[in-house]
Amino acid sequence: MTDQTSGAVAGVDVGGTFTDLLELDQRSGRVRLAKVPSTLENQAFGVMDALRAADCDLAALDLIVHGTTTTTNAVLERKLAKTGLITTQGFRDVLELGRRTRPRPYGMKGSFTPLIPRDLRLEVPERMDSDGQVVVPLDEAALRAAGERLLAQGCEAVVVHFLHAYANPAHEVRAAEILREIWPNDHITMGHALLSESREFERGVTAAANAAVQPLLDRYIRRLVRELERGGYRGDVLVMNGNGGMVSSSRVALEAAKTVMSGPASGVMAAAYTGRRARQENLITYDMGGTSTDVALIRGAEPTVSNEIEIEYAMPIHVPMVDVRTVGAGGGSIARVDASGLLEVGPESAGADPGPICYGRGGMRPTISDANLILGRLDPSRLNAVEGGVTVEAVKEIFARELGAPLGLDAVGAAEAVIRVANMKMAGAIRMVSISLGADPRDFALFAFGGAGPLHACALARELGIPHVLVPARPGITNAIGCVVADLRHDFVTTINTPLDQLDPDRLHAVFSAQTAEGEALIARERVEIRDIRHIYSVDMQFVGQTHLLRVPLERPDVDLATLRRLFEAAYFNRFRVELSDIRANVVNVNCSVIGARAELDLSALIDPTGRKATLEEAWIETRPVHFDGGWRDVPVYWRDHLPERFVLDGPAIAQQMDTTVLIAPGDVAHGDGDGNILIEIGGAA
Amino acid sequence: MSLDPITLTVIQAGLQQVCDEMDLSFSRAAFSPVIAEANDRSDGIYSAEDGSLIAQGAGGLPVFVGTMQYSTRSLIEMIRDGRAAEPQPDDIYIVNDPYLGGTHLMDVRFARPFYRKGELYCWLSNTGHWPDTGGAVPGGFSASATAVEQEGLRLPPVRLFKQGRLDPEIMAIISSNIRVAEQRIGDVKAQAAALLVGEARLNALLDRYGDDTVSEAIAELRQRAAVQMRAFIAEIPDGSYSSTAWVDSDGVVNEPLAIRLTVTKNGDGLTFDFAGSSPPCAGPMNSVRATTLSSVYLAMRHIFPEVPISAGAFEPLHVTGIEGTFLDAQYPRPVSGCAAEVSQRIAEAVFAALVEPLPDRVTAAPAGTSGNFALGGHDPAQGRDYVMYQISGGGYGGNADHDGLSNGCSTIGISKAPPIEIMEQQFPVLYRRYALHEGSGGAGRHRGGFGLDYEVELRRGAARASFVMDHGRFGPQGALGGRDGAPNRVTVWQSGKPYTPAHLSKEQDIPLKAGDRVRVQTPGGGGYGDPFTRPPEAVLEDVRLERYTPDQARDLFGVAITGEPPHVDEAETAALRARAQAAVSPASGR
Repeated sequence: MTDQTSGAVAGVDVGGTFTDLLELDQRSGRVRLAKVPSTLENQAFGVMDALRAADCDLAALDLIVHGTTTTTNAVLERKLAKTGLITTQGFRDVLELGRRTRPRPYGMKGSFTPLIPRDLRLEVPERMDSDGQVVVPLDEAALRAAGERLLAQGCEAVVVHFLHAYANPAHEVRAAEILREIWPNDHITMGHALLSESREFERGVTAAANAAVQPLLDRYIRRLVRELERGGYRGDVLVMNGNGGMVSSSRVALEAAKTVMSGPASGVMAAAYTGRRARQENLITYDMGGTSTDVALIRGAEPTVSNEIEIEYAMPIHVPMVDVRTVGAGGGSIARVDASGLLEVGPESAGADPGPICYGRGGMRPTISDANLILGRLDPSRLNAVEGGVTVEAVKEIFARELGAPLGLDAVGAAEAVIRVANMKMAGAIRMVSISLGADPRDFALFAFGGAGPLHACALARELGIPHVLVPARPGITNAIGCVVADLRHDFVTTINTPLDQLDPDRLHAVFSAQTAEGEALIARERVEIRDIRHIYSVDMQFVGQTHLLRVPLERPDVDLATLRRLFEAAYFNRFRVELSDIRANVVNVNCSVIGARAELDLSALIDPTGRKATLEEAWIETRPVHFDGGWRDVPVYWRDHLPERFVLDGPAIAQQMDTTVLIAPGDVAHGDGDGNILIEIGGAA
Repeated sequence: MSLDPITLTVIQAGLQQVCDEMDLSFSRAAFSPVIAEANDRSDGIYSAEDGSLIAQGAGGLPVFVGTMQYSTRSLIEMIRDGRAAEPQPDDIYIVNDPYLGGTHLMDVRFARPFYRKGELYCWLSNTGHWPDTGGAVPGGFSASATAVEQEGLRLPPVRLFKQGRLDPEIMAIISSNIRVAEQRIGDVKAQAAALLVGEARLNALLDRYGDDTVSEAIAELRQRAAVQMRAFIAEIPDGSYSSTAWVDSDGVVNEPLAIRLTVTKNGDGLTFDFAGSSPPCAGPMNSVRATTLSSVYLAMRHIFPEVPISAGAFEPLHVTGIEGTFLDAQYPRPVSGCAAEVSQRIAEAVFAALVEPLPDRVTAAPAGTSGNFALGGHDPAQGRDYVMYQISGGGYGGNADHDGLSNGCSTIGISKAPPIEIMEQQFPVLYRRYALHEGSGGAGRHRGGFGLDYEVELRRGAARASFVMDHGRFGPQGALGGRDGAPNRVTVWQSGKPYTPAHLSKEQDIPLKAGDRVRVQTPGGGGYGDPFTRPPEAVLEDVRLERYTPDQARDLFGVAITGEPPHVDEAETAALRARAQAAVSPASGR
């Protein structure tokens, strides 16, 4: 096995708008970057374009790690492979009925499209009870007939989802055997295979999503690998999973559902990696793009992972994924004055088309980006570069008319109000995410990325009482960096659902051992050099009578029951400030993550060291008026790539780079580091 | 106005954040699944003078949208009259009396005085649905109670926490009167802790912006919420709009109860007049004043979700004519059905009256029942008694944009139904079916959503089944020419023989033995618009997916579907629809 990671590694992330690439050659220290438009019909074209744009020599590349939105888009837009479901008699509608919900607490409208339509959901006689005892044996002839009927209806993939298969999978296993005899391909998903937990809707949707994207991902990856090989590539392609770990292209389609949310996960992995090197191991990631803002929590350089993520209304994908929450506003969020005369920002968005007014694509409604432009925070001189562009005066005119007049403000006052309200709302949303995960935001640094994150980060941090903001070297391609630095990772969840006082500790230890062995075996099969293997152990517990779970991290797997009880009570008190020592506890899930850590990568070349200047003065571009707190200030603007390595910069100041603007507010102090990060100390909390 | 609108917006968001954090804290720490998972709780900030609503958490259960301001108002009045103890800092009052601004007994309210510089500044209050408060049946939903004493322990406002310390004597009285008392201490602590979170966050907000500024903002925001609601009301053409909604029966006397509503738009206000509604009833389908008002408010918020929850938003809404009706029941009328069922019929009356003047915003009637089915018994295998609760959804009404949603949550709730697999783990039952209630969606240009059709079998031991549901006699109303959704149907199979409860959707303690089954087919939503104008392709799709039979397609929608694979017979369809057109007299809506 060659040591691929010590050679040239390329990370390619396909996002909704752009495909980003980062190539890092560890031997020469060379870095190549590219940002090209995504090609959503076949993302492989965009990937190849990016490789060309960065002038990558495919034959000399040792490893490609790929983040893709193929499966995310397929699920959200319901552009799925034709998929059939075979399920327990009486239960074919589980996937459509859901859990008795509506999309929003108020408003009786709404609609829902299940992943598999009703005519492709067939029932067969079979039934297990909750102890895994057979109540009705599997009718094998009916199963075979159902499979044939689905084939005749043109299905390409099939799910077998039986009640209580988590307790006893025998019927699902037998059904899959029979289907393999007649099914022309490998696209057979058993309900218990990805998620062996009770809750038939969530498990069923997860399995259905897996089946319905599997053929698409399989085809896409094959096509991509073929294209790459044609270009001379000889290495392996690894694909990012939503858990922030990567998996070989030859295996990825088997558990295709795990790639849903792979893009946001890579961004968070990059944040964890960057933060660890910068000695900021507790981070709130803040990724603000054009239409939305994603937030995640990193503790001790480990992202928070959840296996209860709902990617949209009634669409739970319950495989372990980095817990990334979308909190609304993006640069394109629209501001308006409501009937009561109050300013509202979002949730409506101008999106990418027409986009903000300043894009010059016909947008006529004020957005957050436009407000940043009026306040001088975004570079007004860039407007002229856009064909058919608009002037700042034109943007101001709209602000004065749409917002200023009803609020009694001029255009600048209106723009300032938009930013103030947007920041307040985003700060509130970030606070709710962090509290719901049991964390006080003041104990974290804010890791700002995405096109707009570094513009707002200082204000948010001040609002939240967060002492530091960390802006990575390349905020616009953070996801691609996440691909390059990602580890191999396999997560296991085993449901035991046993009261603590009835739990046999040997059983607990046996579960951990089996999980560990399986994870290590999977990692050994990959052609990737591993520096060391780490394990993360935890149990999900609750007090008897409760329904929600609390994750209790364990230092080691051979924990005794008294310690488990103590750790649980401590974790519970820590989270809820409630002490309930008289009530029995339940151990619900036993979790283990096995991580094959790759060799440490040197990120210092992300900003080309040879491009750096010796002094701040040499990195200076211009000084322009920027509006803060009711007044204009002359603010120096620097080209970020030219900043000296360990600079110190007092706010107000702006560091501008190709795709991002870093705004350092008055009173804040920015420091550069060896990896090209900017660490901003926030002066005076709110 | 001295405060600028931006400061107002920021303080509004800040007050909202205080309440949302209380909601989050309460749910996360609560013990009972009803609160922790079903979010059957609400938290808010109320004025010191009269308890009026300043802000309330966005994730609270909709039925509580207006109740806590009345409960806080009652408390303030009782303190003034000397009927309740004077508050001290760090006290927390507990109260669940329905007639003092409440709902049913299970909704237990906590209220904590909030002080600034030694002066009472406002009240922080929350409500949580406790799984049991004593009474004749576990869980409190007795279908045949005739007095509130049979429904559980009734607490006047007393200080459960005195200067921060839980009063063990009051707690002992409560614990001795409720079931599974040992778990309730977890809910009590969570409910109190949420108010403490609110206090800390509200202090931070006041410290930052100043007490006077915040007070001024609160007054101004109230006025502006009223302005905003009035602006929405202006969309309604002047006039009166009437509707009637029916409750099947009260569970004791088998007669329908009428909610008669006339909504009149006068200037920029709306009057909801319920005069002529049925008198107070013998069984538990009475509503109390606070719940009736709250039901009107929550219906309006479903119609105008943009308006913030604030006393100002309610100002333009006037409710009259409830005195002497079952919508304003007095002690000792039983009330357990008020929050779960009657509230939804009131909302239905509001929707049915306003769908004509607001056809783009209002939907046809949703299923509108919480579908409470309780099974209490003894499990010989585990040697223990149990009570199982199954709630269920139903179809939503068709509307201007879409067909109705299937198996949606109750109008007044936001809680999820438990998974079948969890139910079977915990109770000695086996579900035989959990399916769409085929054919139940009311026909319309946009049809209603479909209800749920489930059947559950008792595996061992003996048990008793109780139902508190509604819409068994009348289906949810169609709108603008749409047909009604299918009614709720309960069938109990005892020794292989079917039994239908006399009250259709309500009965208590039906005996079951192993092998007996309960089948519930919940209502579909009302249809919206003339079903004979529904595109034939949409009807074909519903037939292809076996949601309706070809006969139903013909009878309900005037679409002829034949052949294999099924297709629309265009000529026959045109003929059917032309014939219907000719037969319709101008007066016949449905």
